Amino acid sequence: MKIGLFATCVADTMFPEAVRATATILERLGHEVVVPAEQTCCGQMHMNSGYRRDALPLADRFLATYGNLALDAVVSPSSSCVGAIRDLYRKLLGIEHPLLERTMELSEFLVHRLGIEDVGASYPHRVTYHPTCHSLRVTRTGDAPLRLLRNVGDLELVELPDATECCGFGGTFAIKNAETSSAILADKCTAIESTGADVCTAVDGSCLLQIGGGLSRRGDRVRAVHLAEILASR
Amino acid sequence: MAASRELRDSQLRANLANATGAIRAKRARIVSELPDWQELRDAGSAIKADVMANLDTYLLQFEQALTAAGATVHWARDGGEACAVVADVARAHGVSEVVKVKSLTTDEIELNSALAQHGIHALETDFAELILQLDGDWSSHILVPAIHRNRTEIRDLFKRTIAPDIESDDPAVLAEASWRYLRGRFLDAKVGVSGANFGVAETGTLCVVESEGNGRMCTTLPPVLVSILGIEKLVPTFTDLEVFLQLLPRSSTGERMNPYTSLWTGVTDSDGPQELHVVLLDNGRTRVLRDEIGRQALHCIRCSACLNVCPVYTRTGGHAYGSVYPGPIGAILTPQLIGIENAPSLPFASSLCGACYEVCPVKIDIPRVLLHLREQAVDTAGKPGERFAMRAMGWIFGRASRLRFAQHLARLLQRPLIRSGVIRRLPPPFAAWTRTRDLRPVAPVSFVEERSSKQGRE
Repeated sequence: MKIGLFATCVADTMFPEAVRATATILERLGHEVVVPAEQTCCGQMHMNSGYRRDALPLADRFLATYGNLALDAVVSPSSSCVGAIRDLYRKLLGIEHPLLERTMELSEFLVHRLGIEDVGASYPHRVTYHPTCHSLRVTRTGDAPLRLLRNVGDLELVELPDATECCGFGGTFAIKNAETSSAILADKCTAIESTGADVCTAVDGSCLLQIGGGLSRRGDRVRAVHLAEILASR
Repeated sequence: MAASRELRDSQLRANLANATGAIRAKRARIVSELPDWQELRDAGSAIKADVMANLDTYLLQFEQALTAAGATVHWARDGGEACAVVADVARAHGVSEVVKVKSLTTDEIELNSALAQHGIHALETDFAELILQLDGDWSSHILVPAIHRNRTEIRDLFKRTIAPDIESDDPAVLAEASWRYLRGRFLDAKVGVSGANFGVAETGTLCVVESEGNGRMCTTLPPVLVSILGIEKLVPTFTDLEVFLQLLPRSSTGERMNPYTSLWTGVTDSDGPQELHVVLLDNGRTRVLRDEIGRQALHCIRCSACLNVCPVYTRTGGHAYGSVYPGPIGAILTPQLIGIENAPSLPFASSLCGACYEVCPVKIDIPRVLLHLREQAVDTAGKPGERFAMRAMGWIFGRASRLRFAQHLARLLQRPLIRSGVIRRLPPPFAAWTRTRDLRPVAPVSFVEERSSKQGRE
């Protein structure tokens, strides 16, 4: 397949290793990965913050960047950005485009589209998985990340209590309502600590930024690592 | 939203976490019993959408049916007009006290304080509402108004007020104390006041759904009853109730059926109230109806499932919303009822996690309406600094070269801030992030940049 990689502005700025890992996984599976140099941001932050009109040119830009490359799919390491493209472009911006349905987050692409649950990875750590809100309720990746993790060699998967609770990130909410956001995060960090895991993983860089930031401030040894990095490890 | 005080109150947070956690688990269990739950939600949503699209017709039909059944119908443009109807009825009967069924609509129009100005006491008879009234407190939850109180706090309050001899904080003992206090008042009352969960347009029937039976005391014992309902509370036919009487108890208390469902149609000779006044309240609702995206907030049946699953509500409680309708539904309903300019921060009191939409029995797309109202809030009450920052970000994202430049700049600027690999302190406006969270620094090189320079060389 010819796959366009959408890095997303947050992941490419803060977690480029997760983007690199996404490309690695897809290339190992024998797909052609195209990384358009002109890509920037999908406009999610603007749409979610009340600046819908400012998001319009960014949506047009996304479609112009990926729309003419004859791609079979666009894959991204961020479910909230994929959700913004697949769900909000239509609902909020009134955009209809064949590319929207073909834009997928990595884990749903692997499991739901390619039918692959074992990518031949190995990762000798105790890992817990936080299902992010957008991956649960917008892109609906379901248990795809867990299926992939169960097939990673040497990995011990431990269940996260109250896993489906939000981490409190919520984009500008994390700053605008910082105290509430931090109270939600504190409960998430406590749940993660209770698992005894070394690593907490998820499919959204922004949530990992929040969780990782909270764990680091609490002086925890648990690290926040994107699912793609685990799946690319050998 | 002002949540600082609530977030620091550890007793409040514990009370909230226990109570919402319990209702939430019960709801999930009881909803999972029904194989056709999603179809029921679709039906509830479709009926409400039809009501909103044809509200003018249904309202007139409702008025006609009520009048034919012997009730007097009053139309109230706002809270003031609605309160005046109740005060006039109470004065006409010369009473100094009315007994009240738990009703959010009467809270919305501040009926109790309006009646107090006429020297009329409105006695709250719902157990939780009574607790709040005795303590001069106000509701923090749609279904469980005193959710922020635990039973020891309630025992102490009763000891100070209605039951000086009470020792135990056993729920049965607390409930009995309230009965002893209320029983005589029910029997003496000449005027009852209620809201309504539903009004059936076809028959003029009013419906109140409750758990305690105190509401039924108010709607059956006093010879005069005034029922106030928002114009959005209609359902077209009696049969439509079957959908909502399944959706509501399962979503709100996590019960298959609620203990008391009272239905009454006009006046029945020598049975129940002999004088029935029905007040149809607008109070901003027709304005909400004009907004094609926002109007779905009027579909709400006040079950409060969205509150119990909301990560924000379950941490802050209802008072932080500063609105009669708290939680996710309050964040979309209140700004529309009172005008976005009067509650511009409410649509932002959400992490957009979507848990509310998932549980809503009438499928109100709360996250979608939040985004719609955020846009209105920005347009009417946006801060110039934020607007500038968003424009600037939009400009940066307008070209990849600008994004690269911004990334390079961030790498330079962050240098003095990095301590042992992380940023522990950021300047405003990002200082709020680092009060409780570290930030990992911007990475040395972006993947897209790395890959494009490689592609360029090849």
